[in-house]
Amino acid sequence: MIYNLPFIAVVAMILIGLYAVLFKRNLVKMVIGISIIESGVNLFLITLGYRWWGENGGVAPIFTSAPSEAVKNAPESMVLPVPQALTLTSIVIGVAVLALMLSLVMHLYKHYGTLDIIKIRRMNEE
Amino acid sequence: MNWFELLTLHSPALIVAVPLLAAFLTPLISKINDIVRNLFVLIMLSITGLLVAILGYDVFTNGIRVYVFGGGAPLPSGMTLPVRIMFEVDAMSIFMIIITIVLAFISIIYSLSYLKNQDGLDKYYTIVLLLIASVFGMELTGDLFNFFVFLEISCITSCALIAFYIHKKESILAAFNYIVISSIGALFILFAIALLYGQYNALNMATLASSIEFTFFDKIALVLLITGLAMKAGLVPMHMWLPDAYGRAPASVTIILIGATMASFYALLRVSFTIYGNSLAVELNKVGNSSIKLNMILGTFVLVLAIITIIVGVLMALKQSNLKKMIAFAAIAEIGYMFLAVGSWLVALNDPNLAVAGFNALKGGIFHIINDVLDIGLLFLVAGAIYYATKETSLNMMGGLARNMKYTTVFFIIGLLAVSGMPPMNGFASKLLIYESTYLINPILAIVAVLCSILLLAVFVKVLHSAFLGPEIPDFKDVKEVPKSMLAAMGVIACVIIIFGLFPDMIVNNLVQPAAEALANNSNYITSVLGGGA
Repeated sequence: MIYNLPFIAVVAMILIGLYAVLFKRNLVKMVIGISIIESGVNLFLITLGYRWWGENGGVAPIFTSAPSEAVKNAPESMVLPVPQALTLTSIVIGVAVLALMLSLVMHLYKHYGTLDIIKIRRMNEE
Repeated sequence: MNWFELLTLHSPALIVAVPLLAAFLTPLISKINDIVRNLFVLIMLSITGLLVAILGYDVFTNGIRVYVFGGGAPLPSGMTLPVRIMFEVDAMSIFMIIITIVLAFISIIYSLSYLKNQDGLDKYYTIVLLLIASVFGMELTGDLFNFFVFLEISCITSCALIAFYIHKKESILAAFNYIVISSIGALFILFAIALLYGQYNALNMATLASSIEFTFFDKIALVLLITGLAMKAGLVPMHMWLPDAYGRAPASVTIILIGATMASFYALLRVSFTIYGNSLAVELNKVGNSSIKLNMILGTFVLVLAIITIIVGVLMALKQSNLKKMIAFAAIAEIGYMFLAVGSWLVALNDPNLAVAGFNALKGGIFHIINDVLDIGLLFLVAGAIYYATKETSLNMMGGLARNMKYTTVFFIIGLLAVSGMPPMNGFASKLLIYESTYLINPILAIVAVLCSILLLAVFVKVLHSAFLGPEIPDFKDVKEVPKSMLAAMGVIACVIIIFGLFPDMIVNNLVQPAAEALANNSNYITSVLGGGA
């Protein structure tokens, strides 16, 4: 059960984020919602990268600095580096998207004078 | 190894790399002056086009090309192929990159005069080239995570381009809607990729396709992938961003956005037919003696959504008064036709009586991709030309434009006939394939499709009447025909539309047939990465 905790957190974060995007009227809160979904997905990737191996846990996958007995006796104890690389890429992309979204929110506020999406839509229809 | 072989060998990487590098060189080049910059962009695109031609020739003669980044040298662990990032190019990818390069050329030529008086053009060309590079990447890649990265690049750049008219509040709202929808879609896709990676330790599409077992998590991943990609492709419950984004962006941007949307559609085909291709015949449920297989459920789902998409698109187009939004809704309807074809093929799969009809539907759907981008693209360019000449987007204000804009009127009539599937235009050829095959699967589908096509004709005849015909309006007395580069861009599309309409067999046999076969049979895709016997 305790090992499933991260996965439960992942689902909870994604649902919270989706709730914020779908039901919040404030644009900044919508952006925060997307950011929470993204953190949830990143947490999921990181959790996949975790490896349970004895009492010490997995070993970082760096050949030159890993403990020599781990390399010799149990090469499987080395963590696969791919999920970490994916997470790093995804975080970088996330920052770019976040910055772009916030700058758009700024421009929207400049034009409409409000951050309420419903008011903005109504003003747009007129 | 001479230079031509080297160029052929590295062409998949270069097709992405050339526009990418050109994108970041453009701001520097534009310090010299504008003409040099325009020439530079055009030359770089020509080089890319040449590479596409070389790669296409190679793939059609030698079969699927696998390009592994980092070469063929084995890793320290002795593991060779499937962990590396690789591009995998088959006939379907070639079909899509040909569409993209054609759209890119037309867009750049059109924007030479369309956006001449705007400022910030160096950044505009940078972002356009980035978008083109990312669309190429989405279409060439054989790696799921790599696909996600290119998808996000296309999402960010499209958003920036939709907000090109930054002083107009509507275009900023459209860009915001777009980025919310597409970043959520992209996160769904990333989650699905993580689910697949967690089970099979692979991100490579071919490896995944060969090892997929269709467990519970794979079902979730399939649903997430299809939802995420359908969001980007504009299938109906998730279509809300599309009319705004298409309608508010400059016409030269819209035509590349159509290409990006089609790349998402291509990815949807890739996911459902290549990665999940071996699971399509999995039995999910049993009713009496007949078993319900995955392809039936998926196919029915897609068919229902496709019909709704067509109907919603056409009906919403009927009530619009803004010309560009009207065309955007027509674009949604056209996307519905493609999904209709794909759904028919899914339903007909594993049914020997319908095998030919199903494959024809798939061919029609793939052929319709290129026809749709040309028809809808031409209409958007015409709408852009009207806006350029009159600064007017509302149909209620237009009238009598045919007097001063002869060529544009002719191009509009060609686009109108093509989009509503009238012979001898190209829309007729692909829609006929779709009608014929869907009629065999369920006549109601074909009837709805034909009816909506007729309604589309009605929509655009209305536009023709209210914008181009009728009495002269005093405001538009001095309207001039648009500059030559815009006419050239529209003329090229119009010629291609007529050629495709007159000789559809040529395209279907040489381009569409291999693409459809590549999709229908995923074993070649898998064995070319994993070696024979996989």
